[in-house]
Amino acid sequence: MHFVVCAKQIPDPETPPSAFKIDEATNTVVPAQGFQPVLSQYDGIAAEAALQIKEAQGDDAKITVLSVGAESAQAAIKQVLAMGADEGVLLQDDAFEDGDSHTTAKVLAAAISNLGDVDAVFCGRQAADWDVGQVGLLVAEALGWPVAILAKDVEISDGSMKTTRVLADGFETVSQGLPAVVTVSNEFGEPRYPKLQQIMQAAKKTVTTMTHEDLGLDPSEVGSSGARLKLEKLYIPQSDSQVEIIEGETPEEQATNLVAKLVADKVL
Amino acid sequence: MTKNILVVGEHADSEMTATTAELIGQSTRLAEGGAVSVALLGCCATDVAPQAFEAGAGKVFVNDDDGYTEYNSDQWVTAIESILEGIDVILIAQSTVGRDLAPRLAARQGTAAAMDCVDVRSDSGEIRVTRPCYGGNALADYSFATSPVIATVRAKAFEALAPQSGASGETADLPALSDSRTTIEGREVAEAEGLAITDAPIVVSGGRGLGGPEGFGDVENLAAAFGSNRAAVGASRAACDLGWYPVSQQVGLTGKVVTPDLYVAIAISGASQHMAGCSGSKMIIAINRDPEANIFQNAKYGIVGDYKAVLPALIEAVKAQS
Ligand SMILES: Cc1cc2nc3c(=O)[nH]c(=O)nc-3n(C[C@H](O)[C@H](O)[C@H](O)COP(=O)(O)OP(=O)(O)OC[C@H]3O[C@@H](n4cnc5c(N)ncnc54)[C@H](O)[C@@H]3O)c2cc1C
Ligand SMILES: Nc1ncnc2c1ncn2[C@@H]1O[C@H](COP(=O)(O)O)[C@@H](O)[C@H]1O
Repeated sequence: MHFVVCAKQIPDPETPPSAFKIDEATNTVVPAQGFQPVLSQYDGIAAEAALQIKEAQGDDAKITVLSVGAESAQAAIKQVLAMGADEGVLLQDDAFEDGDSHTTAKVLAAAISNLGDVDAVFCGRQAADWDVGQVGLLVAEALGWPVAILAKDVEISDGSMKTTRVLADGFETVSQGLPAVVTVSNEFGEPRYPKLQQIMQAAKKTVTTMTHEDLGLDPSEVGSSGARLKLEKLYIPQSDSQVEIIEGETPEEQATNLVAKLVADKVL
Repeated sequence: MTKNILVVGEHADSEMTATTAELIGQSTRLAEGGAVSVALLGCCATDVAPQAFEAGAGKVFVNDDDGYTEYNSDQWVTAIESILEGIDVILIAQSTVGRDLAPRLAARQGTAAAMDCVDVRSDSGEIRVTRPCYGGNALADYSFATSPVIATVRAKAFEALAPQSGASGETADLPALSDSRTTIEGREVAEAEGLAITDAPIVVSGGRGLGGPEGFGDVENLAAAFGSNRAAVGASRAACDLGWYPVSQQVGLTGKVVTPDLYVAIAISGASQHMAGCSGSKMIIAINRDPEANIFQNAKYGIVGDYKAVLPALIEAVKAQS
C-alpha cells in the first residue's frame, strides 16, 4: 500500500503571546527571536497514524511525505522521514506562494495524482498556524475521494478505512472504501520521537522538489493568483482587560474579598 | 446590495440550536432585503420549522427523513447543493457539521469557505469576515474573490432576534437521501453529567498546575459551591492530555469554546490556545501562583497563590454567600 502524509512547516505555536509580532505592512507574522519553525503538531500525529498502520501491515507499505512550502520546509519533511516515512517531496515554487486552502489543496492533489498509486492520505485536523482545517477535505474533493475528519483512531484493511471520529458530544465510527483521505486530531495520541540514528539517516535522504511544471499546473490557478479567499488584514486583538489582584493577609481574606467583588459586580 | 442567504440549521430533540437562531439573526441584518432561508434536515425538521420562522427566516427547506438525522457528509452535501440556486451567502455553525460541510460545499461550488468566523459583515455591500488564527494570537480579515460566500461561524458571535411568535413563511422540500460513500458504523455519546460547559453560566476550569487528578476534586467542589445548576467544570488541554479530566471538558482552540458570565481559571497559565476557548467570557477570574502568568493579562480579578490554600477558602466564602 502507499500512504501520503501532508506535512506543513509553521512558526512555533508555543511562541508566547508577548513574543508574537505582526508586520502590518505585509500582513505576515514576524518570526520570533529564538523560536525555530516546526512541523505543525497535528501533522506529526497524522504521520504517527500512517506509521502505525504501516507497522500493523508488517511494514509492507510505503509512506510519502508531501509539503507545500519554502526550502526551509525540508526540515518538516525530514522530521517525518526520521519518524519512519520512506520518501519526501517538497512542492516548492514561487507560483505557489500566498495561496489559500484551495490552492494548497490543488497542489497537494496534483502531487498525489502524480504519485499514481496512493491508497490513503493523512492530514492534520488543522494547520496550527492559520487554524483552518480545510485542506484535507479539499484534497479529497479535488481527487473525488471520500474523507473522514477529526480521527482519533484509524484502521486500514481489506480495501477500506475505518475511522473513529471525535464529535462534540462523543465519538462516531465510520467506514469508507479506499482510496480515502483522513484528518487526524490530537485525541489520537502523541507522535513518536525519532531516535538520533533515525534523525541522522533522514538527514542524508534526498527530498525531491517539484514545481508547477512538474505537476502540470498553470501558475494562474495556484498561489495568490488562484486564491479565492483574500487576506485583507492580519492584526493582534487589543485586550483592554486590567487585572485587579485581590489582596489579603490570608487565603480566607483573599477569598472573602474576591466574593465581595463578585457580589458587587452582580455576578453572584 | 440585496443578498439571498441560506443558513444550514441544526436541531436536536425538536429544538433548533441557539447558534442557528444567531445565524438567522445576522442573516436578516446582512440580507438588505434579500431572502433568508434555512435548511433543516432529519427527524422532526418540519416540527422545528416554526422556530426558524420565529427566529427570522422567510423560507424553510425541510426533509424529515431519519436517514438525515445523523450527519452524513455525502448526503448532506448533495441535499444542500440542490438548493443553492440564487444564493449569495451560506452560513453554517462551526460545529461537527460545519467543519465538514462548508469546505466540501465550497469545493463543489468553485468557491471558498472561511472557517470559524467571529464576524461576518457587509462592507459597502461586499462580505468581509474576521476569524482568529495563530492559536488566538491574531485576527484576520478576509474578503472573497468568488461566490457564493461560505462561512462557518462561532457560537454566540451574533445576537439572535427576539423571537417573533407565530411568524410563518414558505416551506419547501429538500431532496430524498442520496447514496453515501461513508457508512456510519456506530456512535457513542459521552454521557454528559449535569450541565454542559457550553451552556453553563459559570465555568470553573483546572490546569496542569493542579498537579494531578485529585486537584480536580477541589475544582468540582468550587463548581458545586456555585451551584450544580449554574456551574460546570472545564480543563486545559495539558490536564486532559495527562488524563486528569475527560477530553469532553477541554476548553480551547481544539476543545470547546465557552462564553459563560464567569470563567474561573485555576492553575492554568493562559496560553493563547486556551484563551481561544474562553476569551468570550463576560468575566475571567484567575488563581495562579505565578504573578507573571499570562492568564492575568486576560482576567478581571486575580488571586496570586497556591490553589491548595486558596480553593478551600474560596469554596467556604462562596458557600457563605449563597
Ligand atoms: C495547536 C495547539 C492547540 C492547542 N489547543 C489547546 C486547547 O484547546 N486548550 C488548551 O487548554 N490548550 C491547548 N493547547 C496547549 C496550550 O498551548 C498550553 O500548552 C496549555 O493550555 C497549557 O495548559 P495549562 O495552562 O494547564 O498548563 P501550564 O502551561 O503548565 O500552566 C500551569 C500553570 O499552573 C500554575 N501553577 C502551578 N502550580 C500551581 C499551584 N499549586 N497553585 C496555583 N497555580 C499553580 C503555573 O504557574 C502555571 O501558570 C494547544 C496547543 C497547540 C500547539
Ligand atoms: N502547505 C502545506 N503542505 C502540506 N500539507 C499541508 C499544507 N497546508 C495544509 N496541509 C495539510 O492540511 C492540514 C489542514 O490544514 P489547514 O486546512 O490549512 O488547516 C494540515 O494539518 C496538513 O496536513
